[in-house]
Amino acid sequence: MNLVVREALLAFKRAPLLSALSVTTIAFSLFVLGLFGLVAVNLQNALRSVAERVEIVAYLLPGTPIEATAIGLKDIEAFPEVQTAMYVSEEEALSRARAELVEFRDVLRELERNPLPASIEVKLKPTFRDAAHVTAVAERLRSFGFVDDVRFGRDWVEKLDRLRQLAAAVGIAVGAAFAAVAIIIIGTTIRMAVLQRSREIAIMRLVGATDGFIRRPFLLQGAIKGLLGGLVAVGLSFAAYALIDRYLIQAAFFTREQAAAIVGFGALIGLLGSATSVGRHLKRV
Amino acid sequence: MIKFTNVFKAFPKGGLALKDVSFHIAKGEFAFLTGHSGAGKSTVLKLIYAEERPTSGAVRVSGYSVTEMRPRDVPQLRRRLGIVFQDFRLLEDRTAEENVAFALEVTGARRSTIAARVMRVLTQVGLAAKAQAYPRELSGGEQQRVAIARALVNEPTVLLADEPTGNLDERATRGVFQLLRDINASGTAVAMATHDLDLVRQAPYRVIELQEGALVYDSAVDEPRDQAAAP
Repeated sequence: MNLVVREALLAFKRAPLLSALSVTTIAFSLFVLGLFGLVAVNLQNALRSVAERVEIVAYLLPGTPIEATAIGLKDIEAFPEVQTAMYVSEEEALSRARAELVEFRDVLRELERNPLPASIEVKLKPTFRDAAHVTAVAERLRSFGFVDDVRFGRDWVEKLDRLRQLAAAVGIAVGAAFAAVAIIIIGTTIRMAVLQRSREIAIMRLVGATDGFIRRPFLLQGAIKGLLGGLVAVGLSFAAYALIDRYLIQAAFFTREQAAAIVGFGALIGLLGSATSVGRHLKRV
Repeated sequence: MIKFTNVFKAFPKGGLALKDVSFHIAKGEFAFLTGHSGAGKSTVLKLIYAEERPTSGAVRVSGYSVTEMRPRDVPQLRRRLGIVFQDFRLLEDRTAEENVAFALEVTGARRSTIAARVMRVLTQVGLAAKAQAYPRELSGGEQQRVAIARALVNEPTVLLADEPTGNLDERATRGVFQLLRDINASGTAVAMATHDLDLVRQAPYRVIELQEGALVYDSAVDEPRDQAAAP
């Protein structure tokens, strides 16, 4: 077996308690980060499903010939922001109103003439569902000759925008704080492991070990600890998710990539934590 | 081999650990470094194995200038030296054999040759039968023998020993000292710091005496003196 790998694994064998303790510490600090991540992911999903309801409705002038509407519809569908554009005829609008506005059923039934205009309902692609793009598309729709009026719930879209910005800001701040806490705790844990072996490091140097030779097993060991801690953290997060999903509210778990990112983050901090504490230690001795 | 020329060494917090120390230890020589605790014996050894750098003056050790060498060359120098301490400095969680093998592994020695070389030095120090023992299972004298084996396994030209018998009883002291004499007899230079004057008197070796950081007596240069009057 490679010497570096052997030395790194021997450290686990020699100090099983301390190793288990560091892995556990890393796991729990990443677990806290993971829980926050779960909240963020689910909040984002919720916002996305709300944003799906962002819709622009262009009401058409009465008597617009269907040919003109069809050409206009094609143009609108070609807008880069537009996902779907759907024509709703006057009759369709009325039957929808009958189905949806149950309280007014009697009024609607007794109508002699359909008062509802035909319309084009436009949905934007997910990345364009914010106030600025919605307003811009609405303006462009307004410029069509056969369009009478455009509605899109400006207040609502703007509120959604603010909510999204708030969620992003809070997410970044809290996420960064949790990540910093995880980095500090993991760094300290790894540092303890290095200090515990300072005598050994001093002896290695006396017999002529180069700094690189001393460092490499520590780096590998730190990365392994971070990796194990990350795996445990993802496992714990999944357990938490499963409980919440079953007993509280329907929730989503990380994608495979996100879970891998947590494990990778653990390994990276383990590696960097080892690199800095061994480096500092080697410089001091 | 080892050459100190007008070496001064300041303590980091002021004061001098060594004052104008000059001497030369030749290839194959055995030299005692004597003096009271704090006289500067360990500092001299630390300068030799480049744990410390001189504040001024020149220290040359088997072709390296300790004064000017780059940190990355220090391991190369140490592989040419064998170092033994009062407190043995063995890795507690490795067997005698693994402790000795470790000194070879760090040099990148070929795996296939390590086991044989380790057994050869363990045999040389009389511990072949205890190769699988951990330091805690060995007596002080035996632990020091493992440390000496570790120091020898890279076939050093100089063996540095800092109070190697300081923690040992009389019998173990005699054994370890005899081992160092045998090692010297086979051509390795030995620089041994000690304040055990009985040992010094037992052998006809060179004596370099330090007092408060200054070299006050060198039997290779100065007149022989009445040993009874020595401190």
